[in-house]
Amino acid sequence: MIHSLFLINNAGDLFLEKHWKSVISRSVCDYFFEAREKAVEPDNVPPVIRTPHHYLINIYREKIFFVSVIQTEVPPLFVIEFLHRVAETFQDYFGECSETTIKDNVVIVYELLEEMLDNGFPLATESNILKELIRPPTILRSMVNTITGSSNVGETLPTGQLSNIPWRRAGVKYTNNEAYFDVVEEIDAILDKSGTTVFAEIQGVIDACVKLSGMPDLTLSFMNPRLLDDVSFHPCVRYKRWESERVISFIPPDGNFQLMSYHISAQNLVAIPIYVKQNISFFETGSSGRLDIAVGPKQTMGKTVECLVVTVHMPKVVLSANLSATQGTYNYDPVTKILLWDIGKLNPQKLPNLKGSLSLQSGAPKPEENPSLNIDLKIQQLAISGLKVNRLDMYGEKYKPFKGVKYVTKAGKFQQRLSEWLLVHTEV
Amino acid sequence: LCFNSLSHLNEDLKEMLESNKESLKLEAMKRIVGLIAKGKNAYELFPAVVKNVASKNIELKKLVYVYLVRYAEEQQDLALLSISTFQRALKDPNQLIRASALRVLSSIRVPIIVPIMMLAIKEAATDLSPYVRKTAAHAIQKLYSLDPDQKEHLIEVIEKLLKDKSTLVAGSVVMAFEEVCPDRIDLIHKNYRKLCNLLVDVEEWGQVVIIHMLTRYARTQFVSPWREDAVFDENSEKTFYDSEGRRVDQSKPYIMDPDHRLLLRNTKPLLQSRNTAVVMAVSQLYWHLAPKHELSIITKSLVRLLRSHREVQYIVLQNIATMSIQRKGMFEPFMKSFYVRSTDATHIKTLKLEILTNLANEANISTILRELQTYVKSQDKAFAAATIQAIGRCATNISEVTDTCLNGLVLLLSNRDETVVAESVVVIKKLLQTQPSQHSDIIKHMAKLFDSITVPMARASILWLMGEYCEHVPKNAPDVLRKMAKTFISEEDIVKLQTVNLAAKLYLSNSKQTKLLTQYILNLGKYDQNYDIRDRTRFIRQLIVPNEKSGALSRYARRILMAPKPAPVLQSAFKDRDRFQLGTLSHTLNSQSNGYLELSDWPAVAPDQSVRIVEVVELAGAPLLGKSKPGKSAEKFYSDSEEEEEEEGSSSEDSSSSSSEESESESEENSDDSNKSSSSESDSEKKKKTLKNKKLQQQKPDSKDSHDLALFLSQSHLFFLNKFLVVFKFNLRCIFVANCRCSLLCLCVFLACQFDAVSWHVRVSLQASFPVFVPETSHELLHRMTGKGLSAQYRFTRQPCIYGNSMVSLQLTLSNSSDQALENIHISEKSSTGQNIHRFNAIERLEPQASVTVSMGVDFNDSTQAANFQLCSTKTLRSDELSVSIQPAVGELLLPITMTEADFTKEQGKLLGMNESSATITMTPENISSQSVNRKVVSVANLGVIPSSQENIHSVPRRCLNLTKPTFWNVIKKTNCS
Repeated sequence: MIHSLFLINNAGDLFLEKHWKSVISRSVCDYFFEAREKAVEPDNVPPVIRTPHHYLINIYREKIFFVSVIQTEVPPLFVIEFLHRVAETFQDYFGECSETTIKDNVVIVYELLEEMLDNGFPLATESNILKELIRPPTILRSMVNTITGSSNVGETLPTGQLSNIPWRRAGVKYTNNEAYFDVVEEIDAILDKSGTTVFAEIQGVIDACVKLSGMPDLTLSFMNPRLLDDVSFHPCVRYKRWESERVISFIPPDGNFQLMSYHISAQNLVAIPIYVKQNISFFETGSSGRLDIAVGPKQTMGKTVECLVVTVHMPKVVLSANLSATQGTYNYDPVTKILLWDIGKLNPQKLPNLKGSLSLQSGAPKPEENPSLNIDLKIQQLAISGLKVNRLDMYGEKYKPFKGVKYVTKAGKFQQRLSEWLLVHTEV
Repeated sequence: LCFNSLSHLNEDLKEMLESNKESLKLEAMKRIVGLIAKGKNAYELFPAVVKNVASKNIELKKLVYVYLVRYAEEQQDLALLSISTFQRALKDPNQLIRASALRVLSSIRVPIIVPIMMLAIKEAATDLSPYVRKTAAHAIQKLYSLDPDQKEHLIEVIEKLLKDKSTLVAGSVVMAFEEVCPDRIDLIHKNYRKLCNLLVDVEEWGQVVIIHMLTRYARTQFVSPWREDAVFDENSEKTFYDSEGRRVDQSKPYIMDPDHRLLLRNTKPLLQSRNTAVVMAVSQLYWHLAPKHELSIITKSLVRLLRSHREVQYIVLQNIATMSIQRKGMFEPFMKSFYVRSTDATHIKTLKLEILTNLANEANISTILRELQTYVKSQDKAFAAATIQAIGRCATNISEVTDTCLNGLVLLLSNRDETVVAESVVVIKKLLQTQPSQHSDIIKHMAKLFDSITVPMARASILWLMGEYCEHVPKNAPDVLRKMAKTFISEEDIVKLQTVNLAAKLYLSNSKQTKLLTQYILNLGKYDQNYDIRDRTRFIRQLIVPNEKSGALSRYARRILMAPKPAPVLQSAFKDRDRFQLGTLSHTLNSQSNGYLELSDWPAVAPDQSVRIVEVVELAGAPLLGKSKPGKSAEKFYSDSEEEEEEEGSSSEDSSSSSSEESESESEENSDDSNKSSSSESDSEKKKKTLKNKKLQQQKPDSKDSHDLALFLSQSHLFFLNKFLVVFKFNLRCIFVANCRCSLLCLCVFLACQFDAVSWHVRVSLQASFPVFVPETSHELLHRMTGKGLSAQYRFTRQPCIYGNSMVSLQLTLSNSSDQALENIHISEKSSTGQNIHRFNAIERLEPQASVTVSMGVDFNDSTQAANFQLCSTKTLRSDELSVSIQPAVGELLLPITMTEADFTKEQGKLLGMNESSATITMTPENISSQSVNRKVVSVANLGVIPSSQENIHSVPRRCLNLTKPTFWNVIKKTNCS
């Protein structure tokens, strides 16, 4: 399966290598560098690259390329999913997954990689099993370790490894027992120039932070489970009970985890919380253009829209922007051609507006294409789909836990197109 | 200098490694691992490092392992020094140490130690810890890649490990199977059902591997579910055959093999997995194995994956692209999920476009076209060009929109971007070939554009169009040729070739105007640098210009050059991708990769289905204990009843351990004596019986002959006829308990049933044993006042029910306390409330003051919900219906099972924490003898007792009737001094 792993940063430096079978020379990465160069943008690097003797499957995450070397047939998703799991484990251990943290913790990284794969086949990927085998670094622990000479490595097989519930370790104890659930919904939408919805759907996840002693058995129920169109669960959730009773019954992992993700399809009408009025035009002569963007609330269910950010990908010929914003700050990056307008909280009484002129490269023709707008926002205490948690029950333990549910709505891939499509008149 | 500093560093490290301080050694190893991670060479330190392989510090040891695995291949002789340490560690009581020793030992790629590895693997494969066995499965692949000659031995180990029932091992051993002997399908037969049933509980990575393997397996073992239904149905020869003929004939409608169904059913819940690879694996399994009408369930899950990471999207979209060619309907409702966003990566955009084009049909084409138009304006020009191609494909596939598309494309010709224009020209060229006569104005328009277009491919396309349809544009074509003659030298090769073609075609159709131009161009071509162009020129000249040398060919020049050409078919690049199994690397690359295992075609006739049937006796030799196996004679003895059972048994229940057959417990007792009420009496009775049994045992200790046994058995029937239980203990260590009730006939029936019960329960994973204690108390079902003379009492017999293995068997005593005879007493047909009830046969007549005992079975579905039914009776021609209900106590829903203490602890260990509940009961000191505790426990619940080596623990396994998993009870006695 997975033969070797190379970590490469955005600048093309190979800073870590690990082999699970015989050593493969790092020169195999030359094929990757070639593809990387051809792709220009890191996002455009093909995930699967064929070389004469090997196959390279890579992911790009947190500005690092995880390049794995494969020699024989394997489901590519298997490798991709595993590489993402590696990145998540690093994030879990070091707080963030970056070149610096990986380099600083290279020994732990190596120990982790050693446990996660045996002969290229995944051995232990559950976070709580790994944490029993290799303790995550903390400042206190590393100090204690240097003094006492004790180690970060567990000596016995983690209990989860052999049990039917590998995601939970035995003997968890807390003085404060608490269980928090965050219902986070993201609106994915494509709007056309006039603001009409071309496509919209809601993707939701329920993130949990469960710190409960012993072996609690939880049941989470919804007021309106019928809303959920398609769901996928953490392995701890009993699928049978969901099918028969539409409740989520599970023995939770310890700590933070994603309980489920769901999908509310485009068939249900999706409320669009804001509208954007925009007018971006370029003049035939004089190498300049005008921009005017206004944002206002649409269907916010009485809640405040926060963290509102509008991003415009400008055509390549736009050199600079001279604008004024009634609220928030704007910034135009002439290298990436991205105009970023950070509005903040949306005040319905005084609608924010950004307008001014754009200057274009002199002599260049008027840009043919129109840019598109990407919108980012956040609404606290609201699940835009209307999903509501009914109750959380705990069985199996006697104490009374503290329970809490929070709702947040965010913009996911929320895009407004500015291009006209009056090119072909289709009358079918 | 650099070398010096490096060797200096190495000296430092060496010194640290050789110091006495653990912390220094650890620090040195950490630095060395840092060097390895950076790809720097640290192999000079090998001797210093290898000394620490036996260190007590586990972190240090692990780092040494890392080093060793990395450099052992280069330092083979020195690596051998460490082997003995691993061999010692393989015997360590700590399973983690055993496993990691095996991991490292098998990772050292030194050919000399192959025999040692082989031995270690064989031993680890029978280890008690499933974790070590899993490691052994991984080691198999390592050894195989080191020395392929070991294949035969390794297959033996694989065969053994395939029988393993641990979910931990399953994925790894299937991986080893796939790598070492993927063609040995025969090894899978017996494990097929087990793997299907374990699948949900296997860890996610193992699931992927198993699902892929089972997909291949199923394609060799089952017949195609895709058969066109009812083709031969009409003239079916049903009358010739028995209507219930065994064989599925061609003419009969398709019936899916239950094993095929089992696989589909058990993989379905995995579509909800969070692991994208698992979802994809199940999807491809359904694609390759499921009947077409069941395919739609995978759609939603695949679309869900599109929310995942960029790389995941890429793979999933590729697979959807292949699927959407064959089955548009699957993804059409989700069309909008494939709309492109400006922030998507280029390869994602292209794939989405591909899928949108595949999904286009008459109904949705206007929506799709509108969407495609927005893409044409994309900043990403390569993507815009791909969109134009897609529009072209829509136009050829759906004739209604051909003209609309063509007009749109013509408009694009005035686009400012060159790539867009060029692509449009190429696509228009292809479209025009389908109906050139109607579109001469478009060709004229393109001729006008010719000067402004610079992209070679587009110029070449226009030239070809001019030449091909020169009759439609008689005025423009010679003019274009004239322009080309001027710029010929500076054109690209592809344009030059088309110029030569155009010249030749015009020469044939309009030689008056173009003769000189043609000759000029042919002369230029003759001296071109490119040999293709020189060749072409020479060929064309000979073909079109008649001279004495040119043979017969030139007469056909016109027919050769102006032959009508078929319009090109614009089709998907994913057209033939389905020759590869979906979800594989080969599918992604569209070429066969190393080690790709072909998916075979469905067999025309299904191979023997019985190969997957697992025989009970074979299973008895579970790998875990490997102690005494049941002898062969036992097999013969009850083989008949078993086989019958197997044949009619439902396939969903899988066999597993029956190590319980080797029960250690001696006294399996059952008392059915209703005369005895006090438990102390029954206790003494038990003792007596045990003695008798032991005597019996001694009488026939050596009887190996099955006939002797049968004889022995039948003799004992007569001996114990008077409502007593019979306990036999063969020298085979199989215990049979027969409960004799009324008559010899009944006894025989019971025996048969008991044997069936044995095979049932073995297949449900654990063998049921027999109740330790049967309570005498009866419960009232119907009082004589409400029953108008009929009264009924029921009692739980705690026997495995003969009517179905999920039923609880009940004994019903009906008595007539009235002065008239009751007739036709039975349970009403329509009565039951969800529970499955096996009714007793109607009692024709019950005289006054008489009573009768009947038995019935109720399936409570493992709940304590009451079973309600109507008891009907007829008294002097007036019939009555009396509603009654039976409320079972939890304890009665259980069935005890026999197992050894070791098995008990092992099975219990697997359940760690889950569903564990405990309660403390306070008892007076005089009541705490183990016997009295046992008695109390078994009187409320139907449990078995496992004698425990520890004084204070009584283990009582039992299983719920419907559940296959046993539940375990521990009674721990704590003596409180106060």
